[in-house]
Amino acid sequence: MSYRALFGWLSPWILIPTFIVEPVFQILFFAYVGRDAGVGSDTFFLVGNAIQFASIPCLFAMGNTISGERYSQTLSLLLVSPARRIPLFLGRALPVIVNGLMCSLIALGLGALILGVSIPMGSLPLLVVVVAVSAFSCTGLGLVAAALALRVRETAVLSNLVMGVLLIFCGVNVALTALPSWMAAVGRVLPLTHGIEAARALVGGASWSRVATLVTDEAAIGVVYLLIGLGMLKWFEVESRRSATLDIA
Amino acid sequence: MSTAIVRVWGAQVRSSLRLLAVGWWLQLKMRSRSAFDGILAIVYPMFFATSVLLMYRQGGSTSALVGAAVGASVLGVWSAVATTASTSLQQERRLGTLELLVAAPRPFALLVVPMTLAMGTIGLYSLLATLLWGRFAFGIPVSLEHPVVFLLASVVTAIGVSLMGFLLAVSAVRYRGAWALGTAFEFPVWLICGFLVPVAALPDWVAPISWVLPPTWGAAAIRNAAFGGSPWGDIALCLLLSLAYGVIGMWLCGRLLTSARTNATLALT
Repeated sequence: MSYRALFGWLSPWILIPTFIVEPVFQILFFAYVGRDAGVGSDTFFLVGNAIQFASIPCLFAMGNTISGERYSQTLSLLLVSPARRIPLFLGRALPVIVNGLMCSLIALGLGALILGVSIPMGSLPLLVVVVAVSAFSCTGLGLVAAALALRVRETAVLSNLVMGVLLIFCGVNVALTALPSWMAAVGRVLPLTHGIEAARALVGGASWSRVATLVTDEAAIGVVYLLIGLGMLKWFEVESRRSATLDIA
Repeated sequence: MSTAIVRVWGAQVRSSLRLLAVGWWLQLKMRSRSAFDGILAIVYPMFFATSVLLMYRQGGSTSALVGAAVGASVLGVWSAVATTASTSLQQERRLGTLELLVAAPRPFALLVVPMTLAMGTIGLYSLLATLLWGRFAFGIPVSLEHPVVFLLASVVTAIGVSLMGFLLAVSAVRYRGAWALGTAFEFPVWLICGFLVPVAALPDWVAPISWVLPPTWGAAAIRNAAFGGSPWGDIALCLLLSLAYGVIGMWLCGRLLTSARTNATLALT
């Protein structure tokens, strides 16, 4: 309920342009750039960008959990309440994951239709699992962004910057093997990287056993970010109370 | 009698130009200090430019990489305007200043155009920043054939994009989620206007759409000025279309304001 109250993007007037039109055109943009540059394939860019787009709802919605409360002047009321923080914030994370999953799948479907990419029907159930895990890990990073929102006023700017980092480092448009080694190393500890690799393998006809390790790694990265996010929320909450900066960050 | 009319008309033009200049400077100072409108408008397109340059570098063609460096620099001009222009009047409404602007004794359009011109100017910062990023982070040697004409083409492109933003701002005044509209237009314009991919590489039906968008001709002028082609025709078309967008925007402005005043919906849409 608090998610719906804070995340105004669920209005169709906002949801359709941002969660359907924008990801589809991002896919088309990079697919055409890829053709012009003579690298990758439509499938490569379709899968990479569709999954990367899960980061939009995951990062922005989680960032809104704090900035939205602050904007509504309910942040101090929320944090003074005796409610346990873990169910409070994880409860808001669940619809975010579903949102990210749906956003990616719709982009994947529409993008495939427009570009004429065929996705093997047999790989679809596993693909849904991979996208869901990727959305989960990205939501973990979103929780870190939400914690930073206790200190940073411009959460939209922060979320955009994190999204940009994911775009470059996670092998979305350039495979990790073609990136400089330090960039690939950074990419391996970020959400989405392993998920995108697994999804590409599945679309290419790989079996679950071939991608299981990648999916496990993606999930593990998500858990780590989730724990870091919860820890940071606790730490920044204590600090904000101590220095009385909850509403003026 | 006719001399007096000319004198009054001349004074009005001078006064309008002064208003545009003062408004542009004020908006530029305000927006360049905003984390979203100023800093992010420069940094955000650089993420996409970086991604694009990495792709072209992987492709291995040096000439394509140099072309991409110039094309990628134009991405930011539109980025700086698209979302911020579409949401600018919503922002005025939220701040409670929209009614004051509408009630001002000068035409409303003359108060909105400086906003989008300031955004376009920030877009020019982005263009320069992306070119420098390509030079120093990727080592791309962009040697401009006609530097002065390149500068002129960049300014004309920024004006074209600004007036397109003006039309977008006015059109979206009654749309509560206007920023979403601007965001949704970001990639289509990057693609359709041929900033990176030639329009000829897109489906045939896209070409007529690209012809009526000023950035198409602006980007072509920038490329021609950079690589030794003749940019003057493109510059002229960009200016002509910009003027058309400005006139349509002013007409729409009048219609929407009349409607908003009649139905008392200025603050309540």
